[in-house]
Amino acid sequence: MLGVGVATAMIAVATDVGDKMSRELRTYGANLLVTPQEDSLDLQIGGVDLKPPSDGAYLNEADLPKIRGTFWHHNIVGFAPMLPVNVDVNGKKVTLLGTYFSKKLTFGKEDFATGVRITHPWWKVQGEWPGDESGEVLVGESLAKKIALRAGERLEIGGQARRISGILSTGSAEDGEIVAPLGLAQQILGKPGAVRRLYVSALTKPEDALARRDPKTMNSELFDRWYCSPYVQSIAYQLQEAIPHSHAEQIRQVAQTEGTVLSRIQGLMLLITLAALLASALAVSAAMATAIFERRGEVGLMKALGAGNTAIAALFFVEAALLALIGGLIGFGAGAVLARQIGRSIFDSQITIDPVLLPVILTLAVVVTFAGSALAIRRAVKFDPVYALRSEA
Amino acid sequence: MNSVAERRGSGKQTSMFLRMLMRAAVLRRGRAASALLAMIVAAAAATAMLNLYVDVQAKLRREFRNYGANVVVVGKEGAALPADARNKVESALGGKGLSVPFAYVVARTADGQSVVVGGTDFDKVRKLDSWWSVSGWPAGPQDALVGTRAAAVVSAQGKPFDLSFQGRTIHLNAAGTLGTGAAEDSRIYISLPDFESWTGIRPSTIEIAASGSTDEVNAAIAKLAVVLPEAEVRPVRQIMEGEARVLGKTKATLLASASLIILTAALCVLSTLMGRVLDRRRDFAIMKALGASERLISSFFAAEASVLGAMGAVVGFVIGIGAAAWIGRVNFHAPVVPRLNILPWVVLGSIAVALISAVLPMSLLRRVQPAVILRGE
Repeated sequence: MLGVGVATAMIAVATDVGDKMSRELRTYGANLLVTPQEDSLDLQIGGVDLKPPSDGAYLNEADLPKIRGTFWHHNIVGFAPMLPVNVDVNGKKVTLLGTYFSKKLTFGKEDFATGVRITHPWWKVQGEWPGDESGEVLVGESLAKKIALRAGERLEIGGQARRISGILSTGSAEDGEIVAPLGLAQQILGKPGAVRRLYVSALTKPEDALARRDPKTMNSELFDRWYCSPYVQSIAYQLQEAIPHSHAEQIRQVAQTEGTVLSRIQGLMLLITLAALLASALAVSAAMATAIFERRGEVGLMKALGAGNTAIAALFFVEAALLALIGGLIGFGAGAVLARQIGRSIFDSQITIDPVLLPVILTLAVVVTFAGSALAIRRAVKFDPVYALRSEA
Repeated sequence: MNSVAERRGSGKQTSMFLRMLMRAAVLRRGRAASALLAMIVAAAAATAMLNLYVDVQAKLRREFRNYGANVVVVGKEGAALPADARNKVESALGGKGLSVPFAYVVARTADGQSVVVGGTDFDKVRKLDSWWSVSGWPAGPQDALVGTRAAAVVSAQGKPFDLSFQGRTIHLNAAGTLGTGAAEDSRIYISLPDFESWTGIRPSTIEIAASGSTDEVNAAIAKLAVVLPEAEVRPVRQIMEGEARVLGKTKATLLASASLIILTAALCVLSTLMGRVLDRRRDFAIMKALGASERLISSFFAAEASVLGAMGAVVGFVIGIGAAAWIGRVNFHAPVVPRLNILPWVVLGSIAVALISAVLPMSLLRRVQPAVILRGE
């Protein structure tokens, strides 16, 4: 029973760990980038955008909530639009990046919040995050040092004084920029609703041979399977469907590496689960051996009364099966609690136990018990009744 | 087993003790073997789990280096780095990491479009940025790697093309296209010698994948900042924080599973060994009836348990190392290094479990009169 409990916990943890780790890996940031289809080339060096703001095409902000309407919207952790514009600060050219911080949006009847606080979790703010509807801005760490600014002060941007709600530290290009609510950047640019690019953070499945195939070459059945699997490619395809005139591409650095790391961790958990199963089989076998050995008197009596080897073996096997079923049920409950404990203490979230696991666990319990008790039952069957009845062995 | 007792007195005390141990193992071969087997499997499971737990960090770190650079060195205010910066970085790293230089300019295509051209070391980029999807790496001089989006602008069918920068023109062959899904897609990369002779501009960025633990990486950053005072050295927080988090969670999960498995194995050994001692209560009773002191009997069972525990631990250790190495090979494509410092813990743990399983039933049996047992009750 203990064995089955541990096995359940391990299987539950192993099946769920991929999901949990996938969520943890989202700390690496967005794995999909959506750009306008007819965009001109990016002119970015070291994160500084040299492209004239009038150049190129834009996405429409009003299309963004539609992402919640895609097939895999449950897998989309968050998204953040970006709109860089050039502004003059103290006579110097600085990039102002318009984005969502934690913007409340509505799609259908559903309310949700999204923005860089979800897609870029490594951004740290000293001070406060500005509100998405406010006129407040964040100033990058190195820029703030250069022009001696502190949180709470005011900064003249584009002819208007803006309050700096906090100093932003990201460890990349944004440290030398000003980050503002999207609406403010659109206002400066004079293009309401414009979005230059969109970062999407989605939970994906490591890619396999099917994922890499070109959807245009698939037959409809294969296409359905591809479309309904959370591959990064199929999510990109669905994003393109949801947002008109867009081009969605996986950010290979994040998406590809995530796949490798994830499959390694999952593989590790799978092998450990195997080890757990082996250990529990051993535990069961030891317990069964002791139990059967103690009942050798009974076996002798049955044999003396004319029971055949098959009859005795069948009796023990049925007994073992019953035991396995009962043990499996109780063990499943105990294992579920255990898995939940592990989930709560390590991942701060519930590990959901799939009810589908129950029959699997019960079958496993029976198989493991049979395998474990086979040897003991064979020995019991071979017992010489004379010795057994003399209670000597 | 009666014969063991009968021959008591026909030898010295110590040899008799050993003989009893030997005979007990030989006469009850099946039970002894199953107890030993339980011990071995438990010790093997414990060894494999502990070994994995210690080693998994190093293994996963290697996987995480696939995310690319975790440290970036840039010239202050976008200025070029000094000519000896690369050598300084290499010597500061001391072989524990990979550094790749990058230089960038905005050039014009034949029809006047602006495009970013980067100069770099292709052999090193290939190792650092393993996620770059490249159709053909440049091999000779004047071969260029063209980003998928830039390719549509400069060389539609992979034809050779011209780029100009400050009045100087370079003729390039498109060796292959590059897809990353990020800014690189709009760029053209050429080799650093080509780049420098064309533009006369030195690299402004060095991307570094420093290997080792967080402390080691931070030490490397501090060292780089000292040797390159004219540059800005900064960690790529996106990479470092993600790595630390995932690593921590994996280790915690592994620890929880390891303790569960070791606990199960230990309990299983406990029950097997206890059953074995209880089975032999007749031996116990006979010994007592023939006048053996309680201490002698206790030490007999204890010695038996320790021998069993030690044997099982050593054999299990070897098997466990094998299992861990196999998991390492299958999952990480690199063997897990055997940790010999685990051995004493496994041996001590095994002996402790074996002793507990011998002493517990002993204290139960001590209260029983030998006559009751011998009467067969």
